[in-house]
Amino acid sequence: MKTHFFRDTAVLTGRSLKHITRSIDTIITTAIVPIAFMLLFVFVFGGAIKHGSGSYVSYLLPGILLITVASGISYTAYRLFLDMKGGIFERFQSMPISRSAVLWAHVLTSLVANLVSVIVVVLVALLIGFRTSVDVLGWLAVAAIVIVFTLALTWLAVIPGLTAKTVDGASAFSYPLIFLPFISSAFVPTASMPGPVRAFAEYQPVTSIGNTIRDLFAERPVSGDIWIALAWCVGILAVAYVASMVIYRRRTA
Amino acid sequence: MHTAVSEAQAPAIHVAGLTKSFKKLEVLRGVDFDVARGSIFALLGSNGAGKTTVVSILSTLLKADGGAAGVNSFDVRSQSAEVRNSISLTGQFAAVDEILSGRENLVLVARLRHLPGPAQIAAKLLERFGLADAGERKVATYSGGMRRRLDIAMSLIGNPPVIFLDEPTTGLDPEGRLEVWSAVKELANGGTTVLLTTQYLDEAEELADRIAILHEGRILVNGSLDELKRLLPPAKVEYALKQPSLEDVFFALTQSANKTKDQK
Repeated sequence: MKTHFFRDTAVLTGRSLKHITRSIDTIITTAIVPIAFMLLFVFVFGGAIKHGSGSYVSYLLPGILLITVASGISYTAYRLFLDMKGGIFERFQSMPISRSAVLWAHVLTSLVANLVSVIVVVLVALLIGFRTSVDVLGWLAVAAIVIVFTLALTWLAVIPGLTAKTVDGASAFSYPLIFLPFISSAFVPTASMPGPVRAFAEYQPVTSIGNTIRDLFAERPVSGDIWIALAWCVGILAVAYVASMVIYRRRTA
Repeated sequence: MHTAVSEAQAPAIHVAGLTKSFKKLEVLRGVDFDVARGSIFALLGSNGAGKTTVVSILSTLLKADGGAAGVNSFDVRSQSAEVRNSISLTGQFAAVDEILSGRENLVLVARLRHLPGPAQIAAKLLERFGLADAGERKVATYSGGMRRRLDIAMSLIGNPPVIFLDEPTTGLDPEGRLEVWSAVKELANGGTTVLLTTQYLDEAEELADRIAILHEGRILVNGSLDELKRLLPPAKVEYALKQPSLEDVFFALTQSANKTKDQK
């Protein structure tokens, strides 16, 4: 039987976007913590951090953007969890619509909401002195990396959204993700860290993703980091997507 | 499933030898029943009797372990897409979106069913279910009865031939129950087949053409109200003064209060 995946996804995405526009606070709270970190690090700790040339806010911004996404996706898990708990999910499942459209709608909504938060954070960064002369192509490259990163983390967030027993469980998983940037090159160059910490920091995904965005903003030629960054994002995306779909099929069998 | 019998004669719902276990718990141990087209069929049972499990299997949310189940002559396992096209489910918890308005909920379902003119469909149903004034309000502000009515209205979109109502009045106040009852009766008048589950005897008595009692995973009895009554020894005639029940008092008072309010 013909299903209308794209049409159904569009209708359902419209629905969850309405949820967001009616609770704008979720976008504000998503943006406010990273902005607070940014102000704290730029105006309090920044002066004491040796980060190389350029302004500290320019060094810091990529990591802050990643924190923004990491805190934003917890709302995806939260909204998905509420749908699962309420009867609306069963209604969708018993209707002649494309079943995966229900998940994709949440994922696309997450993408839109996170991009709005990211834009807000970038605007604040511009206000406090972030400057880049990167061209449109460069901005598009940064946007592409942020989008792939957001998709990867969102599919990761779908897993607790589908499996959590309580609301707290659905959103708590993102805390470690928010703190991951602190043990990376996002705030401080890894060179100053002691051995094992440094090893962890250099090989975890946030460092390569952050370095790539930083190089793009600074119009430096991007190093091999971009391939490591993309490999991480696509890898997480693929694993989380497959795991989500398996769990989803099992729950809706 | 064989569709040798013509569509008009075939039952709207056919269940034979249905079994389902959750881990070691046997919830359904061979359930059989048929529901005739255009009738209201009540599945009566206490909590945990397996009513919701039956509904979940019939509405393709859950796979049975064994037995056969067909809806609108489609097999729930092998033709689940066709089954979903033939049914609407109103689950135990009002399946409405609290953040959207009543109107937006209806438009959403109409769009998902790919129907032309979703706005007109929503307007008509709001009118029909007495929700026109509340149409623009967030569903979160609705009473339990209003929510259920909206829920049932959403199930009617696209005129599916079979509707499942899983405990449609659980948790409602007496007025809300009456509202839902009249909505269900109206459905059956329109030729829709309704399978409803309930734990209230009076609800089954009030609404259903046929009643089946589900107990410990099996159908104990299945018949019309009269047939079920004949199972018991004939009633003895006794003379007693009829005392009004609390329900009678409640409705007499609230309805006269409503009338005086309307007159003002």
